[in-house]
Order: sequence, then structure tokens, then C-alpha cells
Amino acid sequence: MRVIVKPDHRAPVVVSMVWYKVGSVDEFNGTTGVAHVLEHMMFKGTRSVPAGEFSKLIAAAGGRENAFTTRDYTSYFETLQKKRLPLALRLEADRMANLVLSQDEFAKEIRVVMEERRWRTDDRPRALVYEQLLATALEAHPYRRPIIGWMNDLENMRVEDAREFYHRWYAPNNAILVVVGDVIPQEVFDLAEQQFGGIKPQALPQRKPQQESPQLGIKRLTVKAPAEQPYVLMAYHVPALRDPHNDWEPYALDMLASVLDGDEASRLNRNLVRVEQLASSVDASYDGVARGPGMFYMSAVPTAGKTPQEAEQGLRRELQKIAAEGVTADELKRIKAQVIAGQVYERDSMFAQARQIGEMESIGLSYRDIDLMLEKLKQVTPEQVQAVAKKYFSDDTLTVAYLDPQPVTGKRPAAPPPGLHDVQ
Amino acid sequence: MMCNSRFSSWIAAAVFLLAAAQAHAILPIQHWQTASGARVYFVENRDLPMFDLSVEFPAGAAYDTRDKSGAASMTSQLLRLGAGGLGENEIARQLSDVGAQLAPRFDTDRAGLALRTLSSAPERRQALDIFNRILQHPEFPEAVLEREKVRLIGALKEADTKPETIAALTFFRLAYGDHPYGLRSSGEVGTVSALTRQDLVDFYRQHYIARRAVVAIVGDLSRDEAAAIAEEATAGLPQTEAAEPSLPEAATLTAGTTRFIANPASQSHILIGAPGIRRGDPDYFPLFVGNYVLGGGGFVSRLVEEVRQKRGLAYSVYSYFSPLQRRGPFLIGMQTKREQAPEALAVVQKTLREFVANGPTAQELEAAKQNITGGFPLRIDSNRKIHEYLSVIGFYRLPLSYLDDFVGKVERVTVADVKSAFARHIDPDKLVTVVVAADKDAK
Repeated sequence: MRVIVKPDHRAPVVVSMVWYKVGSVDEFNGTTGVAHVLEHMMFKGTRSVPAGEFSKLIAAAGGRENAFTTRDYTSYFETLQKKRLPLALRLEADRMANLVLSQDEFAKEIRVVMEERRWRTDDRPRALVYEQLLATALEAHPYRRPIIGWMNDLENMRVEDAREFYHRWYAPNNAILVVVGDVIPQEVFDLAEQQFGGIKPQALPQRKPQQESPQLGIKRLTVKAPAEQPYVLMAYHVPALRDPHNDWEPYALDMLASVLDGDEASRLNRNLVRVEQLASSVDASYDGVARGPGMFYMSAVPTAGKTPQEAEQGLRRELQKIAAEGVTADELKRIKAQVIAGQVYERDSMFAQARQIGEMESIGLSYRDIDLMLEKLKQVTPEQVQAVAKKYFSDDTLTVAYLDPQPVTGKRPAAPPPGLHDVQ
Repeated sequence: MMCNSRFSSWIAAAVFLLAAAQAHAILPIQHWQTASGARVYFVENRDLPMFDLSVEFPAGAAYDTRDKSGAASMTSQLLRLGAGGLGENEIARQLSDVGAQLAPRFDTDRAGLALRTLSSAPERRQALDIFNRILQHPEFPEAVLEREKVRLIGALKEADTKPETIAALTFFRLAYGDHPYGLRSSGEVGTVSALTRQDLVDFYRQHYIARRAVVAIVGDLSRDEAAAIAEEATAGLPQTEAAEPSLPEAATLTAGTTRFIANPASQSHILIGAPGIRRGDPDYFPLFVGNYVLGGGGFVSRLVEEVRQKRGLAYSVYSYFSPLQRRGPFLIGMQTKREQAPEALAVVQKTLREFVANGPTAQELEAAKQNITGGFPLRIDSNRKIHEYLSVIGFYRLPLSYLDDFVGKVERVTVADVKSAFARHIDPDKLVTVVVAADKDAK
């Protein structure tokens, strides 16, 4: 197990994060969502720490704990006063090896996860658009499946599915411990050795590349859901960062996203929201620091009276303008100033620092690349931004999703449930 | 893209936790007044080359009138969209050029501006120049207002389709009636449509008053530098001799009210509560510690235990007190599959009744205290968190020793204190209950 410690003595506090290099990307059809379900089950008891006890012990130590699952990794974290770090490491080491996964606890927790899916996706029209867009833009790569899982897979999931996933992927040689806080590195290394040292490494499954075939033409889809405003979301296939030293296109794509939508001064906000008043909100982002394929997203909520088609045309125009005319040195300078300031601001949060280290390490890059990548961003030229804008935004690699708002009234009219009385 | 798992309501719960604080005087707060009468709260912290600054006024949504509801919010939104001879694009550019982050601050009671910037001289100078212009010379351009009205009305109509919005609006209307806390903080479609530039100018002149301002500063500055910044930030603000407008008291509910509202969502959104306490209420600490046991303590609260851990009925269930200038809400919230709303509601009601009737066990109280006192360093481990405390202490005129006293006050809370405080403030028979998207076929 890799252990990375970053001392930060600003407060007598420590953040401990255990990262497993496994996420929804490692799931199979029929058991989508299992990485995240297992994350929930990790709080449901080991041989020596019964269900519910993990949270109680952390709470009694004045700590806070939680976890999150992404496509590429699963992360568990505790924030505590520094002297309680041993407790966090002991509990994490214990559940790395000794999780019980009982049928009883699973039966309850899977219902919680289904509630989470309803809350996170099913009742949120724009989340549904995103889910459907991914399932359309990608065909072979597992990024096409939602992290939370398809509802039907959750309904049919069994505790064995979670158990199998746990035994396949949860091992010290697939984990990274990141500690940021008021600590002395050698003491943390010793503590980690003491807690995790006895857990045996295991052979990990071989991952298949599951590469996408090239897209051969524009894809369009529509999602109908209860809403008032329409919405358009576009995704282009673009390269992801693989070699932080020698790649340059991912950095140029990142800058392109910032020129379009880095802040209030950026182009989409200025031109589409403020000047043309075509959209009431806009977004552009480059998603390229990941194990899987890269994507470039743009989205807009059309202003009242404008159509999603008009908003889509507006977004495309802004891209074409950059491909044709390039960006100014001034725009890049402004973004670089924010990158530099952002580096300072991030150090105000121990959690943000730990998270950045863990994300890099979990996707196969190094924490040492963080500074390199910022340097590389600062070196991007206007010509490079124009070059990627010209190269990657053909219709052939584009997927466009529209939200078609459905009336909210008239469906499933609610009445007081039996046994309850509306006193008004 | 991220499935931020396990719990989502700790943001809501944080509203209450915000009032928590410190056992040792490790956070020396410096306090003074500017020449214009603004109250300044400052913590020097040289660890990072940056600082946070905010200037806030009693100018939040509660200072709206019913027929011009939304003026308060729109005023704070438009400050940065044209000021001191600079247009909105120029303002945005100049802030970005130096990597500064500027945002309006707006809630029920408070409104103003917050800035985060590097402390190095050129960056600081430019960021503060823009900040001061925006605060002191907003222009509220007519064309920008018209555009922002269209955007806001679109967003309001969209929000009106969402079960969580419908639940919250209904709850506050029923719990607060004619009290301004019952107003929609961003205004209604009708009142926003009618807002004029003059309404914003008037609101600004009446409420963004120098001697009502609260200035909070944390970061890489000396006391003298902070003093100069506070002077410059407040010197050009409107002046008045008029007394600060006083919000009416929020009435105690005289009966329970339950509303079921149709919506096609797959989950019912449930809110239960009533007006709770104001800032500075002597029952604050017993209620705060007690609520940790009831529904504030993340994964270990009774509500989470009963609703989620034992029965798998919800992803998120929580309770909190949100003390304000007047009695802010006590709220329990939850979402659950619509078919099981009756069951979940019954579990919540039973849990609340039992808690109000009997209070926490000695063991639960001890665990709550351990978490709150043991976790104290986490509450002030960043400039951002310290800044938030300063602005709350300043705005609500809490004692400067608030953080120093906090742990002691938590430790002194007894089971009897919690029980009697809940009995004084929460009557389970006189609560507002709102259920959006309940199923008529529920068994």
C-alpha cells in the first residue's frame, strides 16, 4: 500500500483518506452500481466492529467520516483532531480485510441506495439528461454506465455481488493512504505499517482496455421529464491526459474550457448570457484527467422564448469562433492568474489537498504531477488552444441531448395517504 | 459525476453548527469600529498569502416588503453588474485578472459582499478597488436589471416544478404566515416582474448603511492594514440617522397544520417544523446539543438510526435549528419513495415525540458532548471557517468570547436542560408538516 503524507501545521487537525483504485468502471452489466453499494456496506460492520460502530467511534472522537465513489476510484475519509489519527487508521485497516457483509444489513442498505438514486437522478431532469447522454455517447467503454447503477440492477443486486467485488478489489496493493494535517510523516508511516502491514496483498484482476470505437456521425437524443425550462447538453470525444510530461493537447483543452466558461468574464457567460441573452445559464468543461476516455462538455439553459436549437447553435458558434480566430493572450493571462491564485486558495483546505493527491494517485498519475500539470497549464499558448478547437470539434464525434420539459401537473395526483388526515 | 455518497444533509445541518466554537483563546479576535460606525472583526493569520473580506448589512430577504418581494435579493445580485463607471464585463475581467473571487452574500437576515484575494500588493490593490466600487457605487443598470429579471423568473418557474422547492416554500409560508421569514427569498414571479431600478436604488440607500455594516477580515494582513481596508470599504456607504429597521417577532403556532401537495416525483419530500429560536436565546446550547442526538449528529442520530439504519427508508434524514435575528426555523427533513411516505412520516413523528417527552439518555448526551467538544478544532481549521464565525459573531453581536466559552457551555448541558428546552420550544402537536408527492395508492 502506498502511503502519502503532506504535513500542514495550520491547525491541530488531520485528514485521513483511504483510496481504492476501483470504481464503477470496473463493474459488469447486471451489477452496475455495485462499487457504490459496497461503499455503503463498508460502514456495516466487521468481525470486531459491529454495524453502526464505525460511525459511533469516529463521532466519539470528535471526528467526521464519509466516503464517495466515482468512475475510477472509491475513497473513504475521516477528519479528526490529530491525536485521534490512530483510531481512523485502525478502523480503515480493519474494514479493508474483515468486512462481514451480512444479508440483513444489505437488505436495508440497498433500499437506502435506491432512495439515493431517486433523489440524485430519477427526480432530477438534468441528471437524467447527463445519464442518458453518456449511455449514448459511449458504446464500449464502461463510463457509459451510471455510477449509482441502473435501478433494475439495484433491485436485483444481492449481497454476494458486493462480497465478490470486495474480495476482488479491496487489498492493500490496490489502495493508497493519504494523510494531510498536523503530523510528522515518519510517525504516520510507522502507524500505517503497524495497522495495515499485516494485511496480505493479493493478485488483482487484469483490466481490459474496453476502448471506444471511433464515432461515425452525430448522435442526438431527447429526454422527456417534468420541468419548466428546456436544456441542451453536448459532448465531444477528446483525448484524456496520459503522459503529463509530453502531452500538450489536454492542457490546451483545459484552457479552452476556461476561456469558454472559467468565470464570469469568460466567453459563454459574456456572449450568450449577457450580450445575446440566448441562455440564462451556460457551462463548458473538459473531463480528461481520468483512467478512461476524455470528453468535452457544453450545456445551456435557453432563455425564455429561445429554443434548445438556438442555444445549441450559440454554443457551437463560440467554439467555431475560437477555431477560426483563436483566443487572445489576454484571455489566457487571465486564466493563468486564476490558476496561480487557485493554488494558494486550495491550501486553505486540508481536505482539498488530500483529495487532489488521492485523485491523481488513483488514476495512475503521481502526486508529483500536480505541480507539473499547473506549470504545463501556464505554458499553453493561444495557438495551441486554437489548434485543439480546430481539431476535435467535428460533428462526427458529437452527441447532443435535449431536455423536453413535460408538464408537472396532472400526473400521479397525490392525496393524503391512508391513516393521515389533512387538517387544513 | 461523483457519487458523493452516504449523506447529503450535513450542509443543511451546518446552518446550525455554524454557531459553535472554541475552548482556548486560540482565536484572538480584534474588534473596533470604523469612523463611519461600521463594526470590524479581524483575525490575523499569516500562514497563506491571501485574505478573506466581507461586508454585510441587515439587508437580507427579511427586509423585503410583500409587494416588492425580491428587491433585497436583486439588489445584492446587481451590485457587481455595473458600478463606479465600470460595466459588468469590465468588473468581471478586472477581478479575474488578479485571480480574485468575489461573490454576493445573501440569506434571510444578511446581505453584502465577500472577497477572497491574494495579499500581494498589486493583486490586493486591484481587487479592493473593484470591491469598494461595487459596494459604494453600484449603478443598477436598467438593461442589466431587465435581463436578470428574465433569468430569475425562468429559474423561479423551473424551481416551482421541484418537490424540494415546493416543500420549502409551503413550509415557510405556513410556519411564518405574514412574517417576512415566510417570504420567498428571491421574490415571486409577480413581484420580480414588477421590480424597477428605483426599487433597487431605494433598497440600497435604506439598507446598505455604513454604521450598520459588519466587516469581517481574516488573513495575511496587519491590524493597520485591516483597519485601512475597513475604512475604505465603508467610507463611501450611505449614511442615515434613521434607526435600524426592526423585524417583527415570529408568532408561535397555535395548531398543527399538515399539507399534501401533488407532484409527479418518485420520492415524497417531507418537511416538519416550526419557528424555533433566535440568536442569543439562552436555550441555544441545550437545543444544539439535544438536536445532535435527535437529528444533527450525522450517522449516529436517532432519526438516522430509526429511518435509515433500521428501516432503509431514506438516504437523508436530518433535523436542525437555524437561529436568526428573530426565531429561525426548527426543521426535520427527509425524502422517501412516495409509496412509503406514510410509514416514514410515522417513524419520524414517533421519534420526535419520544425525544421531546423524555430527552436524550445520559449516554447519548455524553456521546454528543464528546463529538462536539472533541471536534472543536475542526470548526476553525481554515480561514474560510474562521471568517464565517467572525461574520456571525459580528452580525448577531455575540460576545467576542463566544468561541472561548463554547466548549464549556456544551459541557454544562444536562439531560434535564435538553428536556426542558425542547419542551419550551417544540410542541409536537403544533408543527407544520408538508408532504410533496405523496401517493394516493399508498398502503
